[in-house]
Amino acid sequence: MCGLTFPADENVLVGLNEPDDAGVYQITDDVALIQTVDFFTPIVDDPYEFGRIAVANALSDVYAMGGRPVTAMNLVAFPLKDMELSVLRRILEGGLDKMREAGVSLVGGHSVEDKELKYGLSVTGLVHPRKILTKKGFRAGDRLVLTKPLGTGIINTAIKAGMASPEIIERVTKMMAMLNRGAAEVMKRFRVHACTDVTGFGLLGHLCEMVVDSGLGVRLFADAIPIYPEARDYAGMGLVPAGTYNNRTFREAFVDFDPKIDTITRDILFDAQTSGGLVIVVDPADAETLVAALKAEGIEDAAVIGEVVTDPADKIVVE
Amino acid sequence: MSEIIDARGMACPQPVLMTKKTLEGMPEGSFTVVVDSAISKDNVVRFATSQGCETRVEEKGNEFHIEVIKGGAGGGSAEVEEEASSSNITVYIHTDRMGQGDDALGRILIKGFIKTIKDVDPKPRRMIFVNSGIFLTTEGSEVIDALKELEEMGIEILSCGTCLDFFNRKDKLEVGLASNMFDITSALMQADKVVIP
Repeated sequence: MCGLTFPADENVLVGLNEPDDAGVYQITDDVALIQTVDFFTPIVDDPYEFGRIAVANALSDVYAMGGRPVTAMNLVAFPLKDMELSVLRRILEGGLDKMREAGVSLVGGHSVEDKELKYGLSVTGLVHPRKILTKKGFRAGDRLVLTKPLGTGIINTAIKAGMASPEIIERVTKMMAMLNRGAAEVMKRFRVHACTDVTGFGLLGHLCEMVVDSGLGVRLFADAIPIYPEARDYAGMGLVPAGTYNNRTFREAFVDFDPKIDTITRDILFDAQTSGGLVIVVDPADAETLVAALKAEGIEDAAVIGEVVTDPADKIVVE
Repeated sequence: MSEIIDARGMACPQPVLMTKKTLEGMPEGSFTVVVDSAISKDNVVRFATSQGCETRVEEKGNEFHIEVIKGGAGGGSAEVEEEASSSNITVYIHTDRMGQGDDALGRILIKGFIKTIKDVDPKPRRMIFVNSGIFLTTEGSEVIDALKELEEMGIEILSCGTCLDFFNRKDKLEVGLASNMFDITSALMQADKVVIP
């Protein structure tokens, strides 16, 4: 939103001047509030699963900032005339179960009537002001660790088209509903310099936000990046969502692809993710032990996917 | 004038679904899909190509007119024509054995079957391996070389991805490609003849 100025007092630690995963506001020397909001239209057919995914997705920004979510408020838009109220009940049940798992208290909410169903949360979390993990603060040589496979945008499009296999629907639903809490807890034991979560801008879009004006660049190892194999099949069949194409158009200038990287892989690296994993930027000496610890925690797809480099600056190279 | 599919103003994946439906109802020939975004154009071209069709794209103002040509009738490339003129037989191998009775005998017979394909006519267009059949395309199989030879002759070798996963052999595939249920089902439905050894 160029040209607008945003009100902010001196306690705003992370605000819209340098947009991050969530806003952070200092309360005392030891406590800062993290605030974030996210909601969207259904991505899977099962209302209970949709509720779980929407909550995992909304809480993710707090984990990506290094914080702990404590309270939440429901945001609901519902087409009362066209849909049974029992559908909404199942969505909320899924959401509540996910909040219970995360140890988050629901303290309120707001619902409106709308043509299209939407659900999500406004979330408040806590963090120590000196332990905030932003998209900046990484150093040359740091390694990038990704905690969930890529390709949910393409697979969700195949689901909409009725062309996704039941096996992949089950796997991707489970992964989208998985909280990033486990990964966030593990990373606290390591020298982590920056963190973000992969959502609508895709992996490359979010990495662009990190490298822009940082004076550093990122080199990605394409073969090491976890990708749902089915996403390749579906992308090859033209089941690529508009958001993914838009991400590519918007950010392509920041990315240098090795000619051996095929179009489908490029699409997947730009694919808009729902409730994607964390990108953890960690001291190189800790990278392998971090991945091992994540795997031990059941985050089986975790992998080192790249490194921070000095040249080229402010760019991403995919090899 | 061939059929025109108007997919203007439609969000993804709708134009692809309309293309799919039209293709499925048409044994061969051509039709034109009209879309009004580059995204839809790319997706429709990709889908048609993945289904073995030729495409020609014409840009008219804000619109793209995509001619989809099925079955090489509209002057496809030499390679496509050659493939289309050969058989459309699919060999469907759903176990690592041939026939019922003695399992050890069955395992010997299936090897013989695969090694003999190169000597018979017509040859299949595709070979699909599912369930324990994928043990024939993965590490430890004694017919990898024979299958590679068939692949070089232009026969498509597909192994069911879910099955590779199930038997934990995804990284042990040594010939052909991992496939999905959509492609497998389509191949079975589109085949003129399915041979089950």
